Amino acid sequence: MSDTSLRVVWIYPDLLSTYGDQGNVLVVERRARRRGLKVDRIDVRSDQPIPTSGDIYLIGGGEDRPQRLAAERLRRDGGLQRSVNNGAIVFSVCAGYQILGHEFVNDLGNPEPGLGLLDVVSVRGEAERCVGDVLADVDPALGLPELTGFENHQGVTHIGPGARPLATVRLGKGNGIGDGNEGAWNDTVFGTYLHGPVLARNPLVADHLLKLALDVNALPPVDDRWYDALRAERIASAAQPA
Amino acid sequence: MTESTEPLSPRARLAVTAGKAAAAVSRAAGRGSGSVIGGRVALKLDPDLLARLAGHLDVVLVSATNGKTTTTRLIAEALRAGGPVVSNALGANMPAGITSALAGGSDARYGVIEVDEKYLAGVARDVEPKVIALLNLSRDQLDRAAETRMLAEHWRTGLEGSKATIVANCDDPLVVWAASSSAHVVWVAAGQEWKDDAWSCPACGGVLQRPDDGFVCGECGFARPQPTWVLSGDHVLDPHGSAWPIHLQLPGRANKANAASSAAVAAVFGIAPQVALERMYSVAAVAGRYDVVTYQNRELRLLLAKNPAGWLETFSLIDPPPTPVVLSVNARGADGTDTSWLWDVDYTRLAGHPIAVIGDRRLDLAVRLEVAGLEFTVHDTLQQAIGALPPGRIELIANYTAFQDVRRVVGN
Ligand SMILES: [Zn+2]
Repeated sequence: MSDTSLRVVWIYPDLLSTYGDQGNVLVVERRARRRGLKVDRIDVRSDQPIPTSGDIYLIGGGEDRPQRLAAERLRRDGGLQRSVNNGAIVFSVCAGYQILGHEFVNDLGNPEPGLGLLDVVSVRGEAERCVGDVLADVDPALGLPELTGFENHQGVTHIGPGARPLATVRLGKGNGIGDGNEGAWNDTVFGTYLHGPVLARNPLVADHLLKLALDVNALPPVDDRWYDALRAERIASAAQPA
Repeated sequence: MTESTEPLSPRARLAVTAGKAAAAVSRAAGRGSGSVIGGRVALKLDPDLLARLAGHLDVVLVSATNGKTTTTRLIAEALRAGGPVVSNALGANMPAGITSALAGGSDARYGVIEVDEKYLAGVARDVEPKVIALLNLSRDQLDRAAETRMLAEHWRTGLEGSKATIVANCDDPLVVWAASSSAHVVWVAAGQEWKDDAWSCPACGGVLQRPDDGFVCGECGFARPQPTWVLSGDHVLDPHGSAWPIHLQLPGRANKANAASSAAVAAVFGIAPQVALERMYSVAAVAGRYDVVTYQNRELRLLLAKNPAGWLETFSLIDPPPTPVVLSVNARGADGTDTSWLWDVDYTRLAGHPIAVIGDRRLDLAVRLEVAGLEFTVHDTLQQAIGALPPGRIELIANYTAFQDVRRVVGN
């Protein structure tokens, strides 16, 4: 965090913002402002360099070809890798999650190198697309309530020893291996298949990112009435047989 | 294509009759207009029926993410200047519904057909249209995996080699990409308010530069074509540079754009713009959309917006604050069951309006509006929402099934 404001960087809205994931940026920004923080939101288009001064980087989902283009440009740019080495927080969704790993399968059906910021490898699933509501229990190490979200992907993601599953699904497919794992994380880098957008459905995850960025254990409370009502409704609806 | 072709074969005639019978049964059973089920029965009996029904018509196909039902109506009104028209006016826009609509128009000269984006290429092959109007392409119902860019690609390959004249919006990069594989294109500068689906070049993936109203790819040179028809404020400029006033009962910039495209389509059939535009004035509401109804002593204007681009166009046509706005969102099958698109809509545009929220997914909307920093109230029913708002004009914006719910409640 700079002296005056929290710097929130949204990576490549021109390529990776298909499934409402810019909501994650809006939620982080809003929840920071409600705590009286100044926020500098920086949208970085794919023909611009990634600033290395960010506190929190967000990267969303997208279609197959834009995903490949985004990976190419991020590898070439190198700014995100430098930022993470300097301790920046990254929260990624779906196509963005795959890009942060070592490798994924691109639109041409070939393995495409990722950024290697998360110890995961993604391949394309043979089963039908995973589409629908997800309910999952978060890694207890994070001390967060259950995750609710909406998944829509065909990826299958394997987690290596350098990362941990973000959550275990009660409903939905998650990483698609069949072991119930959903998403992955290490100290400062997070990946998930959940849209919704996931931080709007799980505001305490947004707060977790803020705490990491601010290096604090607690944040002043905010009015979570509508978030809580939405969570209760989505969790109840997911728990009900369709 | 106007010369009369051979009459329907006995098999085709049987299929039409069976389809009508099935439709009548479906209507009697209270299951809607029956047009879709009728078409389905007919198509099963004779898979080539669509082609044969269209054989004696000059066909116009209309496709887009937004505005296709309205534009189909506007074109149909314009072409009536030249002869009888058959059209799927109620928006049954997949092959079965289209077949059913055409089956009712044996003495028509023109067929004006709205086609679902995913079926456009197939229908275009079957009916050999004279004109295909392509208005816009943007994200819609994403959980059905109809990814926008793939759709543009699908149009492009499907329309390659088509003999039809393509009337296409040159301001929408995805539409330009889809249309530019065709030999005969009439470009209409119809504008594009929603740009978020077209920042990367559909041809090469480069970043599109978008100065003013144009676009150009720095990598491959893909660029906005020169239009021959232009929407300019309240006028449409024809290829000779003459400006014709657009007078519509339908509100909003998007409908002026629809009228401009419709005038360009009519011109292909030799109908002059002033004649076409005058006829379009008669369209007041389209399947309940834009209707103003009196409900609980308020004047409620019913507006349908199904996706981010549609919401954005709708925000630009509503009355200014302090006119109250009711928002209703569902996520049933026909809407797409994922609500995350709400986050692509810039709700801060509603600042200053009193806002009431209803619909199955009112809590998703509530969180969205909270994050946008807006004041709003949440209600279980339309009746309660209206009761909480002052008398006078109220703008009601709803997505697909929510809109149908509202029509049922207000008796429209
Ligand atoms: Zn290009």
